[in-house]
Amino acid sequence: MTITHDLLVWFSKSFGLFYLMGLSLIVVIYAYWPANQKPFNAAAQAILHDDDDKPYRG
Amino acid sequence: MVAELTKNERQGALVILLALAVTGLAMAAGGRGDPFGVHGALVLVVSIAGIFAVIGGYYAPEPSPDRLDSYYDTPTKFGIIAAMVWAVVGMAVGDWVAWLLAYPEWTFDAAWASFGRLRPVHTSGVIFGFGGNALIATSFYVMQRTSRARLPDQLTPWFVLFGYNLFCVIAATGYLMGVTQSKEYAEPEWYADIWLVIVWVVYFVLYLRTLNRRKEPHIYVSNWYYLAFILVVAMLHIVNNLAVPISWGSAKSYSLFSGVQDAMTEWWYGHNAVAFFLTSGFLGMMYYYMPKRAGRPIYSYRMSIISFWGITFFYMWAGSHHLHYTALPQWVQSLGMTFSVMLLVPSWVSAGNALMTLNGAWHKVRDDAVLRFMMVAAVFYGLSTFEGSFMAIRPVNALSHYTDWTVGHVHAGALGWVAMITFGAIYASVPWLWKRNGMYSAKLVEAHFWLALAGTIIYVFAMWNSGIIQGLMWRTYNESGTLAYSFVDSLVAMHPYYIARAVGGVFFLLGAIIGFYNIWMTIRTASQDETAHNTADHPVTEPAVGVPALQPGE
Ligand code: HEM
Ligand code: HEM
Repeated sequence: MTITHDLLVWFSKSFGLFYLMGLSLIVVIYAYWPANQKPFNAAAQAILHDDDDKPYRG
Repeated sequence: MVAELTKNERQGALVILLALAVTGLAMAAGGRGDPFGVHGALVLVVSIAGIFAVIGGYYAPEPSPDRLDSYYDTPTKFGIIAAMVWAVVGMAVGDWVAWLLAYPEWTFDAAWASFGRLRPVHTSGVIFGFGGNALIATSFYVMQRTSRARLPDQLTPWFVLFGYNLFCVIAATGYLMGVTQSKEYAEPEWYADIWLVIVWVVYFVLYLRTLNRRKEPHIYVSNWYYLAFILVVAMLHIVNNLAVPISWGSAKSYSLFSGVQDAMTEWWYGHNAVAFFLTSGFLGMMYYYMPKRAGRPIYSYRMSIISFWGITFFYMWAGSHHLHYTALPQWVQSLGMTFSVMLLVPSWVSAGNALMTLNGAWHKVRDDAVLRFMMVAAVFYGLSTFEGSFMAIRPVNALSHYTDWTVGHVHAGALGWVAMITFGAIYASVPWLWKRNGMYSAKLVEAHFWLALAGTIIYVFAMWNSGIIQGLMWRTYNESGTLAYSFVDSLVAMHPYYIARAVGGVFFLLGAIIGFYNIWMTIRTASQDETAHNTADHPVTEPAVGVPALQPGE
């Protein structure tokens, strides 16, 4: 099968469009999901407070 | 260093080195006079030296189990020093190449000293030698801290670092002998490429093994950027370097691709090398060291995630902007152009996020040259991505392509962003790693900062001027409809800018040399300090009593 220009344009306008839109949507939802805010903020803060600078052993 | 390995690891090291020595011997025998044979001999010598080093330390007592109470930082220390060595070498060659463009007769009539051979020594030296070592070293540091997990073993990080530097040396020496596959940023030949794949996969697996041991459920965003860097570079490297050697005893190979497919594969690789080598990894560095140094969390953690996915998914499609007005179908060019313009959004979100993180800590930026390195890096990151998106627009590219404008853009990114963020991160981590209160000389850090900034500005302005003059001269017609200027006319017009650029390069190089000296002196005084206080070189198991805990925010 030869991949023609028309075929690729069709593919990018259909699958490509929804793929990128869907992806953006998933990423934004993930980033703004309320339950995720706590771990995010904790992670952002955590790197500042490693006074006991050693690995966890457990 | 061998003393830090367990018995099993020492045996493992010997097995690896032995296998490498045999490979080197086979290459030397098969390649004879070919550069392939020379590289075989190099591999052989290096592995034998390694074998002697391991045997020399073989009967040293095994490391105590206490080691598991601390992070394994010796590889990071090694990587930082290696990065600085490559910085000085790579930039010295870069400046030499800059002088060569102004005075092309300075090649001593020697093949190895020609522009075409020295230029890739510069680009590979700074990107892979300097940038790569800095990325590997800081990634080891950051992945351990953010996961609160020690590296899973002591041998793998050394394999990655030594293996990677062996690749860099093979690349650089190969260029001097005329070995190249003529693909920019992917010049090393097939055997070096295969070796890099092995090293890189081990690096990737090492990262995953460490993350797998993490205590924190959420993986800090820096790790995402570092991991994208490692994973995507592996993909790019493997696909772009698919080639068939002409024989098992020769350095020469032929690419699996040809014509416009070859060009597209190369620039899919080349642009994503910019994206994932020169951007993603360094963003990971920035997202750790900048908040840490400023003592403030990232302004918006959410935005760091959104721009991560934005950068990852847009960059993949942008490579064709390197091939405007070529045999590449028009629509592929338009696709690259569109995605390049869209890329501005996540890029500026990252740059803005960095600057907003500093908002409220401007007094620290004013007083602390290390933080200032990082701030200037974020500004240049914003600048060069804006410029890049602009240059990707086809009619703009008609003016900029083939001119020094591209070279100016490259170095706004490379000097202003990549090198600045790296110096900032290195200056921040050296005192933490060697347990000092600060760098040997804050004044020298300050001097380095101003030399680097002046050098970057001179370089970039010289190239902007030169590039635009060049571009305009090439498209100026006279009344009879023919070109007004010959190519040589434009060369003459560029001459003063080439001298200016080379002078800017001297500034930048001097800064790096001063930085290296300062780091060296910090390390040396550190060891004196330690013997004086008789504290052992490993973090305490109990929370430190009496010893002031290191506050990296200071
Ligand atoms: C002392 C500082 C430096 C000087 C004087 C310098 C000089 C040069 C020169 C003269 C060229 C060749 C330009 C041409 O062919 O017209 C070049 C190319 C290049 N340099 Fe540098 N450089 C320096 C630092 C760096 C650093 C730190 C990096 C990367 C982190 C870098 C990355 C590159 C790249 C990627 C190219 C290829 C550009 C292209 O093909 O468009 N340089 N440099
Ligand atoms: C949004 C981000 C960016 C976009 C859209 C972009 C776009 C471009 C464009 C259009 C070119 C010229 C292609 C040509 O005419 O041949 C170019 C060249 C280049 N850019 Fe960027 N750029 C971006 C960011 C960066 C950054 C941050 C760096 C470096 C750290 C960088 C490094 C380079 C290099 C090394 C080249 C030269 C490639 C070569 O010809 O050898 N770019 N970029």
